[in-house]
Amino acid sequence: MDEKLLEIRNLAVEYHTDEAIVYAVNNIDLVVKKGETIGLVGETGAGKTTIARSILRILPSVTARIVSGEILFNGEDLLKLSEREMRKVRGSKIAMIFQDPMTALNPIETVGFQIAEAIQQHNKISRAEAERRACDMLELVGIPMERYSEYPHQFSGGMKQRVVIAMALSCNPELLLADEPTTALDVTIQAQVLDLMQSLKERLGTSVVLITHDLGVVANTCDSVAVVYAGEIVEYGTVEHIFDFAAHPYTLGLFGSLPKLDSKERRLKPIKGLMPDPTDLPKGCRFYERCPEASKECAEAVPADVEVAPGHIVKCIKVKGGAV
Amino acid sequence: MTPLLEVRNLKKYFRVRAGLLHAVDDVSFTLDKGKTLGVVGESGCGKTTLGRTVLHLTEPTDGQIFFEGKDITSPTKNELRRLREDMQIIFQDPYSSLNPRMSVSETIMEPLILRGDMTKTEMFAEVRKLMDTVGIASRFENAYPHELDGGRRQRIGIARALALEPKFIVCDEPVSALDVSIQAQIINLMLDLQEERGLTYLFITHDLSVVKYISDDIMVMYLGQVVEKAPADELFANTLHPYSQALLSAIPIPSIRHKQERILLRGEITSPVNPEPGCRFMARCQYAAEECKQPQKLEESSPGHYVLCCRYKEINNL
Repeated sequence: MDEKLLEIRNLAVEYHTDEAIVYAVNNIDLVVKKGETIGLVGETGAGKTTIARSILRILPSVTARIVSGEILFNGEDLLKLSEREMRKVRGSKIAMIFQDPMTALNPIETVGFQIAEAIQQHNKISRAEAERRACDMLELVGIPMERYSEYPHQFSGGMKQRVVIAMALSCNPELLLADEPTTALDVTIQAQVLDLMQSLKERLGTSVVLITHDLGVVANTCDSVAVVYAGEIVEYGTVEHIFDFAAHPYTLGLFGSLPKLDSKERRLKPIKGLMPDPTDLPKGCRFYERCPEASKECAEAVPADVEVAPGHIVKCIKVKGGAV
Repeated sequence: MTPLLEVRNLKKYFRVRAGLLHAVDDVSFTLDKGKTLGVVGESGCGKTTLGRTVLHLTEPTDGQIFFEGKDITSPTKNELRRLREDMQIIFQDPYSSLNPRMSVSETIMEPLILRGDMTKTEMFAEVRKLMDTVGIASRFENAYPHELDGGRRQRIGIARALALEPKFIVCDEPVSALDVSIQAQIINLMLDLQEERGLTYLFITHDLSVVKYISDDIMVMYLGQVVEKAPADELFANTLHPYSQALLSAIPIPSIRHKQERILLRGEITSPVNPEPGCRFMARCQYAAEECKQPQKLEESSPGHYVLCCRYKEINNL
């Protein structure tokens, strides 16, 4: 499974508003291998969703600018495709599950129609055949096909997310971008949906980019992890690297912030302060102001990627082939 | 010692087109001063309605509420006003619970103005003190909510709740809308305040790791009823009710060593409108049997540990 499906090189995305320029994604590199699930972890505003939207080129057209970079999908640069060619990729080769199933569906069309529409869009088949496949997809995600003609408001949140998953997987995409697919759901429903995604992924061999802020979800579903902070990937490695040998102070801070079920300590160890303003990023390390390990040089020098172990990359000048 | 808060057989029904919606159904608990009672459950289980009913933000259908030993089930307007000085609430969403047209200092000052026993200078001094307590720099005094991030907004919500020096605070999902690093800051702040001021919390959340961390006792709610209640450690060590077991097993643990045996529940929460008299969890329960159709009684399995399940002994080999 070492074959590269998606390779992002040096991607930078900015949002231009009247007042300021938001530096949302700053020169990131990322590889998604065939069949793997990679977790993009980070807080609100870190740039996770912008990365996913750049891959599909569905950024807001007025404000967003992809300043530099390449997004190679099966060796082809998606950023160089025409809009017409890109439409053939969206939904068929790369599909996306959005965070909020309540707003991702069209309220005035039946769920069955919405799935069939996506199938017909990408396959030269008859209406009836598309409908039949849509029924199969519903059954696949655990919804009886008798509900084909029902509208989104007749479904609960968990069921709606299943419909969205059915729609995303209906054309057998090679890559699935899942943007916080379970954040809006209750834990028991989240468990059902994660379980469903896992089994479908194994059956269909889809690669998944899972965007989440929940390290528990990552531990349970991902093969590798990229920790995103202020538009940069500050740490990347296998799930074992990140959970057992986390080296970047931000990653360590994230783990310290979590209440542990087996801990007796009466206080959490939060990261102090807030994420820097993306319109006015510090010039050295972006994490400098909040970092317990920070020293003078961190404020000046832009940290380079250090490979602390094969395949485990940390963006911190204090890390030299070992721990901090 | 009289408990600070006692709730007996509290019920809150809403009349809807399809019938009676049992939002809170026969809930009883006591809460001692300085302690935290955690209420967990999924959306629609009635936990928020419970918090609001205790505070008289909605009126109970039936049952009694005692505060410091005094019956406050149906207070007069004046009594309620005084009561509100002692009982406050922190809301879930710091984005919608603040008035966008009021500055930070106006928001925090409003309860002080309503109480009306301070001069303007005293009130300004008090607002500064409160801002300092919750960790908002004084330069934000004249800022408006839209200029602030979620963590700071929630700190304002806390400052406002503290302004009248309450004894009891209902915390309705106070950290659910925040990022983990900010969530940890707010939880620590709430624990510090509890220690300093001897505050009593009713802590409502769906996040089970947070609730274990902050609570002395925990109640698990399902469709308006308390299905299990126990001291926090006991609940996690000896989970008895099938629903609590499924709920706890569904939390994704942030560790790769921990191989989880997830109990996947069938289906979703059923309707709280005109529920059948038997166990409400029955339709999703893997242990459901004929006897579950009878009304269930809360039983004490060990001191302080209550469970609402007629088969709990069988299921857990007790």
